[in-house]
Amino acid sequence: MSTPVVSISGLSHSYGALTVLHELSLDIGPGEYVVLLGPSGSGKTTLLSILGGFLQPTRGQVLIGGRDCTRMPPARRPTTTVFQDYALFPHMSVGANVAFGPRMNGVNRAERARQARETLALVGLEQAFDKKPHQLSGGQRQRVALARALVMKPKLLLLDEPLGALDLGLRRQMQDELKGIQKRVGTAFVHVTHDQEEAMALADLLLVMQDGRIVDQGDPERVYTRPSTRFSATFMGENTLIEAEVTGVEGSLAMIKTPLGTLRLDRPGARLGKAAITVRPENMRLGAAPAGTVSFGAGTIAESVFQGSYRKAVVQSDSGQHIVLKLAADEPAGIGSRVELHAEPRHVGLLPG
Amino acid sequence: MKRLIDLLAGLYALLAYGFIYLPIVVLVLFSFQASRFPLPPFTGPSLRWYGEVLGDAKFTHAMLNSAVLGVVSSAVAVLLGFLAAYGCARMRGGMGNTVRALLIAPLSVSYLIIGMGLVVLFNAVGVPKSLFAVGVGHVVINLPLCFAILYSQMNDNIIRLEQAARDLGAKEWQVLALVVAPVLWPALVASFVLSLTLSWDEFLIAFLLTRFETTLPVEIWTLLRSGLNPKANAIGAIVFGVSVVMVVLAELAIFGRGKKQKS
Repeated sequence: MSTPVVSISGLSHSYGALTVLHELSLDIGPGEYVVLLGPSGSGKTTLLSILGGFLQPTRGQVLIGGRDCTRMPPARRPTTTVFQDYALFPHMSVGANVAFGPRMNGVNRAERARQARETLALVGLEQAFDKKPHQLSGGQRQRVALARALVMKPKLLLLDEPLGALDLGLRRQMQDELKGIQKRVGTAFVHVTHDQEEAMALADLLLVMQDGRIVDQGDPERVYTRPSTRFSATFMGENTLIEAEVTGVEGSLAMIKTPLGTLRLDRPGARLGKAAITVRPENMRLGAAPAGTVSFGAGTIAESVFQGSYRKAVVQSDSGQHIVLKLAADEPAGIGSRVELHAEPRHVGLLPG
Repeated sequence: MKRLIDLLAGLYALLAYGFIYLPIVVLVLFSFQASRFPLPPFTGPSLRWYGEVLGDAKFTHAMLNSAVLGVVSSAVAVLLGFLAAYGCARMRGGMGNTVRALLIAPLSVSYLIIGMGLVVLFNAVGVPKSLFAVGVGHVVINLPLCFAILYSQMNDNIIRLEQAARDLGAKEWQVLALVVAPVLWPALVASFVLSLTLSWDEFLIAFLLTRFETTLPVEIWTLLRSGLNPKANAIGAIVFGVSVVMVVLAELAIFGRGKKQKS
């Protein structure tokens, strides 16, 4: 990775006796779309506020663009924020809202109007220049807020649950637009959300937070299919966890003892001791395990529910595990029928503890 | 039975409103009296007494004094109340509560006490009885009101707008002048007009703190001491009319804007 745009080290924050961030360290590369995902109270908004300068951390350091910004006020940082409820100035036109930042920087009237138009065009709202915020729909306000932040050409754009106030359909649409805009401007984004689907669709780097700690981080596909902690395994969608124990490590190969038998998986960095293996329901396959796949033994279908685009089934394995499967909707999976299960090794996660 | 109850309720309402408004109606009616006494029978309508009032320099001068006093003291009260509310919205915990309580407390002190206190204080520090002294008194009585109105408007929404403004590089005075004040404009207008109304017909403090240059309510009092006079009715009607206009303006400022923003 080239020089990081943001480099956080040893960041902690407490409100009195309550510690909401524990010794966080993180690097964000240029142009990276980072999503902070976690339930409320996980510290994701606190982290965003510290990056934006609205909150000063109890301990630790924040470097943005190589400069120490830990105690720098928001106005002087190369960051801008898109607030959850947009915080558009209700008495100003859309154009004046977007031109507000340049105006504060002393840019003359004609030039800042030009910049505002250009940025509004970027978000597809050039025709709204003279409107007032209350004349716009939620999705349009959202884009004005984005334009108002982007016009400042920040090194880092912060988004606090930016799609939270929109209904589901619009949220999915805006999320695609957001990603497109981010790729066009090439600015690093940090986006806070508790919507998993949104997080996975947007993130280059997904950070899963829980109780003030980053409990999993990486490429969203990896975090989803092979989560590295119990929390990220269960927080995002359905999952099957099977208690296991790593009994031996040979090079990058881990020997894992499970109730279904002993597995040998290529998992560099695996440690001896208590563990769990995970398989997402859509990655569990029916049928005898072909060579090179991981067998999950045989069992009986205990539940089978048609869900529209797929069929959800629960298999009671002969070794006593409940295994959840997402099958094709027309799969003839009658309750009580005997099945065998297997999965690709790349779909099997191993997490410690 | 139902009709009887409706009838009684209507009668009760009529009595209640009559009790409240009849004195004002009588006052205004007899300000249009043509003869020398504001007593039945009604001999008007005539603008004779309005002519006399508006032709009397003593009254027009007092009216001007009242207007200037009202505008200046209300502007000062609104400005101080606004800054106090802005500051207090940022204070957390016990200290903030104490400051808030101390700012609002004068609302419960009678004008008589405030007036007497100011007389004693100004006497001690050598400020002569004057319109300036009354102005200070009016700021004292109106500041808590302005503060209370404006503080109630300092919600999370405003705080987020301020954050957004600061994030975009606004300095503190720019946050106040370009964002907070325009957003709170209806509340600012409302508290200004309310202060103006209270200052416009405030008698006690003005009476205690002026000597030669005085305000309209004090002049009216002087006039009334020499007995009933349709002139007093005419001035009273003018004072009342101005108050009504200001209250209507205040309501428009609060509710008119509120309706527009919701749509």
